[in-house]
Amino acid sequence: MRVNRFRRNKFAGPVLVVAALLTIGSAFSIASALPSAQKTEVSAQSTLVDEGKQIFLKGCSSCHGLNAEGGAIAPSLIGVGAAAVDFQVGTGRMPMADMSQQAMRKKPIYDAKQTAALAAYVASLAPGPATVDPTSLTWERDGNVAQGGELFRTNCAMCHNFAAQGGALTNGKYAPTLMGVEPQHIYEAMITGPQSMPKFSDKTITPAEKLSIIKWIKSAQSEPAIGGASLGRVGPVTEGLLIWTFGLGLLIAVAVWLATKAR
Amino acid sequence: MKKSEQVAGNVASYIDDRTGAAGWAKKNLTKVFPDHWSFMLGEIALYSFVILLLSGTFLTFWFDPSQQEVVYNGTYAPLSHVTMSASYASTLHISFDVRGGLLMRQIHHWAALIFMAAIVVHLLRVFFTGAFRKPREANWLIGIGLLTLGIVEGFLGYSLPDDLLSGTGIRIAEAIIQAIPVVGSYLAFFAFGGAFPGHVFIPRIYIVHVLLLPGIFLALITVHLMLVWYQKHTQYPGPGRKETNVVGYPLMPVYMAKAGGFFFIVFGVTAFLGAVASINPIWLYGPYTPGQISAGSQPDWYMGWLDGLVRMAPPLETHAFGHTISWNILIPGLIIPGILFTGMALYPFIESWISGDKNEHHLLDRPRNVPNRTALGAMSLSFMLISLINGGNDVIATHFHLTINGIMWFTRFGLFIVPPIVFIITKRICLSLQRADREIVLHGRETGRLVMTPAGEFLEVHEELTPEQKWTLTQHAQPAALALPSEDAHGTRSKSAGIKGKLRARMSEANASQVAAPTAEQAKELEGGHH
Ligand code: HEC
Ligand code: HEC
Ligand code: HEM
Repeated sequence: MRVNRFRRNKFAGPVLVVAALLTIGSAFSIASALPSAQKTEVSAQSTLVDEGKQIFLKGCSSCHGLNAEGGAIAPSLIGVGAAAVDFQVGTGRMPMADMSQQAMRKKPIYDAKQTAALAAYVASLAPGPATVDPTSLTWERDGNVAQGGELFRTNCAMCHNFAAQGGALTNGKYAPTLMGVEPQHIYEAMITGPQSMPKFSDKTITPAEKLSIIKWIKSAQSEPAIGGASLGRVGPVTEGLLIWTFGLGLLIAVAVWLATKAR
Repeated sequence: MKKSEQVAGNVASYIDDRTGAAGWAKKNLTKVFPDHWSFMLGEIALYSFVILLLSGTFLTFWFDPSQQEVVYNGTYAPLSHVTMSASYASTLHISFDVRGGLLMRQIHHWAALIFMAAIVVHLLRVFFTGAFRKPREANWLIGIGLLTLGIVEGFLGYSLPDDLLSGTGIRIAEAIIQAIPVVGSYLAFFAFGGAFPGHVFIPRIYIVHVLLLPGIFLALITVHLMLVWYQKHTQYPGPGRKETNVVGYPLMPVYMAKAGGFFFIVFGVTAFLGAVASINPIWLYGPYTPGQISAGSQPDWYMGWLDGLVRMAPPLETHAFGHTISWNILIPGLIIPGILFTGMALYPFIESWISGDKNEHHLLDRPRNVPNRTALGAMSLSFMLISLINGGNDVIATHFHLTINGIMWFTRFGLFIVPPIVFIITKRICLSLQRADREIVLHGRETGRLVMTPAGEFLEVHEELTPEQKWTLTQHAQPAALALPSEDAHGTRSKSAGIKGKLRARMSEANASQVAAPTAEQAKELEGGHH
């Protein structure tokens, strides 16, 4: 009751705004009044960058150049941002094992801390999209599956297949399956556009819509096999294969058996 | 006589007096059918057609063939509030909200695949055994009609639910219609009642799918079976089997019992597949929207070869008189299938023209004894298979770590190189099988047992074939090639001896190349007992 009456007051709005500003302002001044705390953060950051640089020199510079400026076989990493590194290293694509058609997903070589260090180093070279914090991806709460499905079919299905099972691109390249990919890496793939995949800026697909896409991918992944064995969800090819092997094979076997039977 | 028996007898004679049914039944129910597993392939097609009729009728109770836009609010949450056509929404409804609906949809679709596969293997049996020869050409033509209409019927069914995959298929069909020179764009406009996708296409193909084509199917199948009935079934050569008799079991009760049992087996396999294996999960494809497409969009297998041909065609267009002719669609989409199906339909007539054989045939050929035809069939199959492989190139690429381009180039060349090679190899295999037959007839079967002659020589014991076995291996006729008609008795060129006559003679010669089968005397000689 009390609260209600207070909120009906016409000054309530402005008063609230002033109070909020005051709180934020004082929080800032307190923070800036603690220079030592900030300093340790900065130095922690710079040791992280140094550490990243060391790892980079050992593991990556042979291809990407001593200063990540790129080389004959690998592109420059200046400006690709921490998100690209987190995606490429976190999914095991980098360091690339063999110079085949496309960097393949494999078991990551670096742990989370080393990956963060590499990301910090590359981010320190030039600004770029930052690593996505998994806790900020509230797809389970904020995503809309149906909308995500429509966006997925419009923007992703032509490469990744209708059920995100992956598909072939030209010249031996392929869009991989998205089953089991971490939400964080799905998000980073969209903002960095690895290899043949286009970049989806926040203008083409808003951050909220990206959460919906993640939610749809996760729902497709956890969807039980409705109607029986899914046959890989690649469409009529496996269906045709099954009918010619099992279906017709069994029927012909029965026909042979019946024909010998009544002799 | 018991009371009930008396009543039954009265009813029977009442019917018989008025219809003469007893005479009919005596004549027909004792009709004899030969017995071989390959004669049951057509039955598989027949029974799956019955299953299609039953399951399809079930689907019509809920399916709404309309492209009216609706907002989905059924139980499948990942699509809730999505705008879609009524036909897609009603298919979702059948799948998720109608009891047994999904099972029926899956049975219907699996039955369609079995139907088409059974038609194809049935056709192959008829082809390779020469069952299409006089007097059965008409039934061959009906069969080709059923195959062609089956492909159309299946494609229309696949298009009905209006999901992303069916829309993609319709779009390709539209492109093929449009590629017909001059009238193409008008035809497409007519079929779709305006621009693609329009609002009339699905209602139209629905009537064709559930009424027009099933009606034609019923009529054609009836005639097909009646012809089998009146012309009697062919049989494989063997002792006691002649051009003039049929050896087998009476229709009633043996054959009927078997056939009835087989129906339930076909039904069982189809229902089993419908229950355990998902097919056409339209809820995952999403509703059709012209702007969307999925990687690895494929038609059902019976259209796959056509898709494969379209995919491998190099981009080729000409512009003439204000029209664009898209050869890259016209050739693989219409011209090649047209040639294939026309050639297939006319094959019985072509063969008898080449061989000059105008006789009736009721005994089947063993494929090896007709090397040219067998090789031609194998060659055509390899052509289809290569096209089919390219139809699935994207799925094959991802699963076997190949490149789409690699597969495409392989099939582009393979389409021209592999079939001739298959022809040559098959023909050789046939001829060597004939040679092996001749050896066995003349020298008996090798037993692997060695005996020592009194003179100290080792000889392998050859076991002589029974006269029945010899008969089976030597009964076939080996007609000679037609004489070259280029010169008549007076040494002057006859009128018919143009290029056509020469071609005919050449083909006839190739057709007649055989390993001479042992004559009856040669085969008998063995019984005199050397070896
Ligand atoms: C064997 C050579 C090789 C090594 C070692 C290697 N990379 Fe790469 N990297 C490549 C190539 C090649 C590409 C480009 C891939 C492509 O576009 O197909 C690439 C791409 C990248 C990208 C994506 C750039 C973009 O434009 O989004 C990042 C980020 C990256 N590498 C980070 C690293 C890091 C970090 C390491 C060390 C842990 C590393 N790479 C080691 C060859 C290498
Ligand atoms: C032009 C084709 C194309 C489109 C469109 C596309 N992708 Fe990709 N995607 C790729 C390719 C190619 C890769 C593999 C890149 C690599 O290996 O570095 C990839 C990789 C990914 C990965 C990483 C998978 C893994 O195994 O780690 C994710 C996640 C992803 N894509 C999501 C999406 C989403 C979401 C969309 C739609 C918004 C989308 N992609 C649209 C081609 C595409
Ligand atoms: C030779 C015969 C037939 C073939 C090859 C065939 C094939 C198909 C196919 C492939 C589908 C797509 C089904 C899906 O995956 O959802 C389909 C749908 C359908 N068919 Fe048929 N069919 C045949 C006969 C019939 C008959 C006789 C009827 C009705 C009397 C019928 C009614 C339907 C209906 C209503 C649908 C759409 C409903 C749905 O997709 O769930 N079909 N058909």
